[in-house]
Amino acid sequence: MGQSKMVKRPFSGFLHIIVYLGFIIINIEVLEILIDGIFGTHRILSFLGAGYNFLIATFEILALLVLLGVIIFWLRRNVTNIYRFLGNELKGWPKNDANYILYFEMVLMILFLTMNGADYQLQLNGADHYAQNAGIAGSFPISQFLLPWFEGFSNATLIIIERTAWWLHIVGILIFLNYLYYSKHLHILLAFPNVYLSKLTPQGEFDNLEAVTNEVKLMMDPDADPYAMPAEGAEDEVPEKFGASDVMDLNQVQLLNAYTCTECGRCTSECPANQTGKKLSPRKIMMDTRDRLEEVGNIINKKGSFEDDGKQLLDNYILREELWACTTCNACVEACPIGIDPLSIILDMRRYLVMEQSAAPSDLANAMTNIENNGAPWPYNQMDRLNWAKEN
Amino acid sequence: MAEAIKVPTMAEYMAQGKKPEVLFWVGCSGSFDDRAKKITKAFVKLLHEAKVDFAVLGTEESCTGDPAKRAGNEFLFQMQAATNIEVLNGYEIKKVVTACPHCFNTLKNEYPALGGNYEVMHHTTFLKSLLEEGRLKVEGGKFKGKRITFHDPCYLGRANNVYEAPRDLLRKLEVELVEMRKCKSNGLCCGAGGGQMFKEPEPGNKDVNIERTEQAMEVKPEIIAAGCPFCNTMMTDGVKGKNQEGKIEVMDVAEMIANAHDL
Repeated sequence: MGQSKMVKRPFSGFLHIIVYLGFIIINIEVLEILIDGIFGTHRILSFLGAGYNFLIATFEILALLVLLGVIIFWLRRNVTNIYRFLGNELKGWPKNDANYILYFEMVLMILFLTMNGADYQLQLNGADHYAQNAGIAGSFPISQFLLPWFEGFSNATLIIIERTAWWLHIVGILIFLNYLYYSKHLHILLAFPNVYLSKLTPQGEFDNLEAVTNEVKLMMDPDADPYAMPAEGAEDEVPEKFGASDVMDLNQVQLLNAYTCTECGRCTSECPANQTGKKLSPRKIMMDTRDRLEEVGNIINKKGSFEDDGKQLLDNYILREELWACTTCNACVEACPIGIDPLSIILDMRRYLVMEQSAAPSDLANAMTNIENNGAPWPYNQMDRLNWAKEN
Repeated sequence: MAEAIKVPTMAEYMAQGKKPEVLFWVGCSGSFDDRAKKITKAFVKLLHEAKVDFAVLGTEESCTGDPAKRAGNEFLFQMQAATNIEVLNGYEIKKVVTACPHCFNTLKNEYPALGGNYEVMHHTTFLKSLLEEGRLKVEGGKFKGKRITFHDPCYLGRANNVYEAPRDLLRKLEVELVEMRKCKSNGLCCGAGGGQMFKEPEPGNKDVNIERTEQAMEVKPEIIAAGCPFCNTMMTDGVKGKNQEGKIEVMDVAEMIANAHDL
């Protein structure tokens, strides 16, 4: 089902599987709802007979489970104290966004069951358009419990209830689909390409910058002419920028990662720096990247092309203190159920700080100077490297 | 044990026109850090015990560039890689073993694209293969029945999916192996990776090694076994910080095997 990493946390993982399956399977019913709506039919797929009854029963049970799951999700977010839902980066819009999604799903499931219940009652009443010669279309193991509520309602009232629920349900789905693009919930679409494009090499393998390889080769080449004229037309070439200070310097997968993140915070709760009170939160790295990308996108939409707005991802969004707190332990990468790699963004930004700005923390700069001078991060002479063999 | 241990270098092998079975990449910690030097020596003793034909680069070895790369200094990393690859390829090295997961990861994963292709093994994997080939015998000895937990180094575990080799060795020592709440792919970092070993931590409310030591203390081990010189330092400091010296020891898996043999 593509949920194996979700169940690393069994409780929330199990609930997520229910909501995920509900989402996928109940969509089959949306197909029927749409056809019925367009052609004025009633339960067009009911010719499937017993199979249809099984389907409707499945949808109903899933709808109830989704409803319960979503209520538990809401309680986890708003009532219980779960570390990953208490992060500073979730204050304001991200928290509201998460709750709106849950409210949407609760309302949609309630409408779906209400619609079915009213429909069932209308079929029992033998109402025109609803009743079918072949008997009752569908099986209603959940919504049958709504029938006592409808007792004494006239067919006209029931039709109003059924139609209202039908319309609100379908309009709700369509609004929800459009809401995705403004919401973290976009993961329901982007998770698939994101997982497909995620890194398959060992997690410990970081990419080697090709521009640097070329520089190093040139430096080590005894035949290279240090006074060589640049090649024809090369004067116009902009020298490669090392690392990333803004979203333009990141690659497409990193940007897709940012839009795919659904802010679950599993990365942050596994992060050793975050657990020990440092400012770094891998989730915030992804959210900041997305927010800056949105900002850049708005400028391009307004002005036709990007114009410097005096801001960048580094410092205006992601602080140096966050970047330097990372131990590159890959816990965040391992924790992400959909293969997002916050570490690659952290590393690219460190590369910018070190190679473009020489702005490493001084202790670290000392260690690097030592490596350059004597081949070890500590100031020991390289010629003493084998002394251990003579010591006792 | 007054006599110095015999550690042949590649240069000596070359002069004799011979090639060793494996190159032991000692690493900066293993060469210079007083605690890590003990691990290096323990591993060399095991290599001798198993009659492994090995050599070291000695003064020709230099930092792999791992801390530089992870700190963002790609340039320095690639300079280090280029010079190391020159040396390794010059000696036509095929197989490398190292007791440092950071060296292991860099040599194994990041050198190939720069022209350095070797079969690279972490010392726990190598020791395990010696065991399977019957060249080395591991017996419980003084560790039999002791309560031991293994701390997964990030660059061995998550980074390269080596979880079982060190544990298999510990089981051979007939210890009571207990797992921390956070272990294997969920293991918590010791706090040293990504260049943190060489700098002060950012402001926070706790040091990472203290957090990890507390997790270890939850399972009440007599020994915290490690497979990385950095983790070893961090966990040793953590144990001191929690005033557990004398109650909990921090030892490398290779040291434990050498100790069990009374080497």
